[in-house]
Amino acid sequence: MGTAAIELKNITKTFGDVVANKDVNLTVNRGEILSILGENGSGKTTLMNMISGIYFPDHGSIYIDGEEVVIRSPKDAFDHKIGMIHQHFKLVDVFSATENIVLGFKEKSGFNIKRSAQQIAKISHQYGFDIDPNKKIYEMSISEKQTVEIIKVLYRGADILILDEPTAVLTPQETEKLFAVLRRMRDDGKAIIIITHKMHEVLALSDRVSVLRKGEYIGTVNTCETSEAQLTEMMVGKKVELNIQRSEPKNPEERLEVSHINCISRDGVKLLNDISFTVRSGEILGIAGIAGSGQRELLEAIAGLQHLNSGEILYHNPKTGHTDNLRDKTPMQIRELGVRLSFVPEDRLGMGLVGNMNIVDNMMLRSYRKGKSFFLERKAPKDLADRIIEELEVATPNVNTPVRRLSGGNVQKVLVGREIAAAPTVLMVAYPVRGLDINSSYLIYNLLNEQKEHGVAIIFVGEDLDVLMELCDRVMVIGSGKITGTVDARTATKEQIGLLMTSSDRGDNNE
Amino acid sequence: MSKKNTHVHEPLFHIVKRGSMVWWRAWLVRIIAVFAALVVCGLITVLLTGQNPLGVYATMIDGAFGTKRRIWGLAQNVAMLLCVSLAVTPAFKMKFWNIGAEGQVLIGGLATAACMILFGDKLPTVVLFMIMIVSSIVGGAIWAAIPAYFRAKWNTNETLFTLMMNYIAIQLVSYFTYEWSVPKGSGQIGVINGATRAGWMPTLFGHPYMLNIIIVVVLTVLMYVYLNYTKHGYEIEVVGESENTARYIGVNIKKVIVRTMIVSGGLCGVTGLLLVSGTDHTLTRDLAAGRGFTAIMVAWLAKFNPFYMVLTSFLIVFLQKGAVEISTIYSLNASFSDILTGIIIFFIIGSEFFVNYSIKFRESKKEGV
Amino acid sequence: MLIAFIQRAVVQGIPLLFGSTGEIITEKSGNLNLGIPGIMYVGGICGVIGSFMYERSLPSLDAINPALAVLIPLLCCMLGSLMVGLIYAFLTITLRANQNVTGLALTTFGVGFGNFFGGSLIKLVESDMPSIALTTTSNCFRTQLPFAHSLGWFGEVFLSYSFLAYTAIFLSLIASFVLNRTRVGLQLRAVGESPTTADAAGINVNRYKYVATCVGSVIAGLGGLYYVMDYANGVWSNDGFGDRGWLAIALVIFAVWKPNMSILGSILFGGLFIIHNYIPNLSVSSQEIFKMLPYVVTILVLLVVSMRKKRESQPPASLGLSYFREER
Repeated sequence: MGTAAIELKNITKTFGDVVANKDVNLTVNRGEILSILGENGSGKTTLMNMISGIYFPDHGSIYIDGEEVVIRSPKDAFDHKIGMIHQHFKLVDVFSATENIVLGFKEKSGFNIKRSAQQIAKISHQYGFDIDPNKKIYEMSISEKQTVEIIKVLYRGADILILDEPTAVLTPQETEKLFAVLRRMRDDGKAIIIITHKMHEVLALSDRVSVLRKGEYIGTVNTCETSEAQLTEMMVGKKVELNIQRSEPKNPEERLEVSHINCISRDGVKLLNDISFTVRSGEILGIAGIAGSGQRELLEAIAGLQHLNSGEILYHNPKTGHTDNLRDKTPMQIRELGVRLSFVPEDRLGMGLVGNMNIVDNMMLRSYRKGKSFFLERKAPKDLADRIIEELEVATPNVNTPVRRLSGGNVQKVLVGREIAAAPTVLMVAYPVRGLDINSSYLIYNLLNEQKEHGVAIIFVGEDLDVLMELCDRVMVIGSGKITGTVDARTATKEQIGLLMTSSDRGDNNE
Repeated sequence: MSKKNTHVHEPLFHIVKRGSMVWWRAWLVRIIAVFAALVVCGLITVLLTGQNPLGVYATMIDGAFGTKRRIWGLAQNVAMLLCVSLAVTPAFKMKFWNIGAEGQVLIGGLATAACMILFGDKLPTVVLFMIMIVSSIVGGAIWAAIPAYFRAKWNTNETLFTLMMNYIAIQLVSYFTYEWSVPKGSGQIGVINGATRAGWMPTLFGHPYMLNIIIVVVLTVLMYVYLNYTKHGYEIEVVGESENTARYIGVNIKKVIVRTMIVSGGLCGVTGLLLVSGTDHTLTRDLAAGRGFTAIMVAWLAKFNPFYMVLTSFLIVFLQKGAVEISTIYSLNASFSDILTGIIIFFIIGSEFFVNYSIKFRESKKEGV
Repeated sequence: MLIAFIQRAVVQGIPLLFGSTGEIITEKSGNLNLGIPGIMYVGGICGVIGSFMYERSLPSLDAINPALAVLIPLLCCMLGSLMVGLIYAFLTITLRANQNVTGLALTTFGVGFGNFFGGSLIKLVESDMPSIALTTTSNCFRTQLPFAHSLGWFGEVFLSYSFLAYTAIFLSLIASFVLNRTRVGLQLRAVGESPTTADAAGINVNRYKYVATCVGSVIAGLGGLYYVMDYANGVWSNDGFGDRGWLAIALVIFAVWKPNMSILGSILFGGLFIIHNYIPNLSVSSQEIFKMLPYVVTILVLLVVSMRKKRESQPPASLGLSYFREER
């Protein structure tokens, strides 16, 4: 095959004290698809951002067609015909599709939006995309936005393409379509890098797989010579048996009853579509689904942060025996009803904690209102902070360190510790182990199990099916805002859940 | 396909965000910046006056501390600037850009002057002062609450809204200065209640400014406590840092925005009161004298810490007084002080870059090509 | 009287139009430059200094060369505003300083700069009045089309202004065209809306911000020059320019960030600014109330825009934020 299309040698990048990539080596040839596999936080995106000029490496060199190049900016990357489709779309909301596509690109024929729109229509037609070039981005669905991103790269004639978790937001049909396009491009002789952590996609699509773990380069294997087990082992280090202990629920009582709730977004999209389920005390209910299927809205609706269009959320109070409707109540009102609801949101530093506040002040977030005094009481939060630091082994210089300075795992320990300290009857956790190392993850699983044994009703939103199946009692699957099935986690198979995750999309898309 | 030749070099340096900087190094950077700015200011003054630089600095110090009167004037000015700075701080901590302090001070002053003129000889002193205090606070608070309400309701841009409110306040004051002018139609109110001294702040320990200064010292401590040790202060910080978190813990964000702006505007109103009743004893459109804007820089330079603000407002007032002295002695224009103030602030805000970022230079290559 | 009113409104509006065109260009790049009032002072005084030097260098004022008399102040003004624009750009773009604080400091600096040199010149000429008159230069600036007054009301309303006034209108039309119809404009708007996106698209964000800020400053500075040379007949007096700089920023909002809208807006603002002179039997104090009008109108526009939440009429999304590529 001659020289590689792009080759990375000993790339290192640090952010402050955090090492994101360390001595990474990578090669991609023309006419092949390379998967980059790694857990969340293993440095895949950072690495790709250095190829596309968003970041600049601290050390190391990049070769294109055998020649060393310096990529200082995305413009340099374009000049080397590198195109990246970011996970978080880089689109200007108030611009039309065409305006976004031509942005930053100097056509030889001069600037002419109308002509560009025609050309875009042609590309769309060629690859079977369905897109209106004049539609504004803020009016578009997620998959339309991704299409715009892809056309943007094609429009520029890039021959090294990088896709950062492109399938996370797509339905299976859309994914298949995308893969078909990618294969066609590969056959055209383009070099394609795809970042993913979905094993079956790696096996189905790529020619070779490179694995990163905690910012370090582990190795590259040919897809046809490898197996899921081998890749997993490379990805997580030693072979991990998920030995999560699971007890049988003790005297389960109905605690929270969600009944026929609907939530419609400002653009008229059904975020939650007639969802009904019950959570029992002493039980962990897992929620599985493709990212963005309505998990966040569901939890936020229960927590009083999301307005619902219809339906009821009933809480059966174990102390009083009363039943209260939580729908459209504010978090304050919910608390005043005596509902002890704890919530570990997905966005830890953006929602669950305040990054610039120290651990003590973050402990107070939930409890600072206690008492009639006009002044804050910092004694109890300080004690709580000390206790959490000790019990959960939070690595921090002291309690006065802003939580933003802590590592991801320690941030999560602080957050989960605080939420559990409130002695909840219902505990909701969203992606609690995302970005955490194995030890911290197990610590979180154990904490959840402990709560379960105390009779707390737990809702666990997760992405790793193995974890969901070993930790939870029941797993409820949602797709496109709809419940597609609920299974017994002890007996269900992975395939069964996987099927449920994708099944509703078909029905919905045909409407 | 066009072949790129390898004529591209690695950039000479690139900028990296710092993890953190030890506090004393951060302050060292800022102090160096102030000194550098003073040197530049000195150079400019030397260029314009032809005096030796040490003489220039001596003149500045003399202008600020030269006589007892000047020291009092300095202290009074520091107190007033500090008071406005304290007022804008809660809003800024909430990331609410209240650049309408100028107008809020004016309205406070207007309310005070109105009480003094309308009730000056009709009410007993204690009642008069009560009314003055309440009306100035309410006036300033209303002026701040209007933009706050719309920001909370429709997310209306508060920077621009509060800015516009300044000019409405100025015109309102203009209107009343004509209405109440002595003699009629002169457009100047003159000294209010000059004979009876009704509504004038009492002289304390033999000095007219003493009470003002004491009040501001007390307010500084109160503001520090309010921001750091009360539930309100805590909510302000949470809302400022992350509205999402505030929502998550059930803070009523709209209420906090409006409430905080009422505090902010009310305190501006107090400044108006202190200025009219304690210092000027009259009302003009220039009552606030740009303090509403300067205060923003004072508060920002002090990282919104009330105690640091004592230092930063002192620095600014010292410069102004010193520059005024230079301009008088060397017969320059009084606006000279604005130029110096501008330069100092440029240097200090520029220095923050070196606190937050560091520059990494290109390393020499080890392996051959 | 209506014709005279319109004429005066236009003359009042032109400095605002310069200021707001400059500020729109700046804001479209995501920089909220609150230093515009200061920049306009600097522009004005630099023009005054230039013309003062030129007039002084002449043996007699009759020997004035109209082309030079216009060109020298014009270049001085542009250079001066460019320099202060660069200060703002360097601090906010390269050093990523807070835009509001920098802008306010720049206004303090600029107004001080204007008044300082203005005051110094006044002292230099030892005139009785606290002002400096450059009538000869001003006359060169105020040259009108020769046939303007022979065309009746049409000529008076549309053709009776000086070349700088038409320059202002022309500049805002050009700005409008560039922003909406050209690649540069598209890229500039992208920088102001989402610098991350623009950067990823290969646009040099900092360069766009620098150029937009500097071009904006120069245009705004011309407003100061127009005020002195045209409106004030070449008379500089300290603080004479007043708060027009802030009014220019208000006009940006009024025009919902569209330069062509600000042409009409500037005339409206100019009219509102002087309407009290045209209402009979108005007491001096009530005139002051009328002077509020432009600000009240701006607030109303601000409210309507925020209430309707139409995406296209919102401020640029990243307005006021500095951009650092490696921000995580």
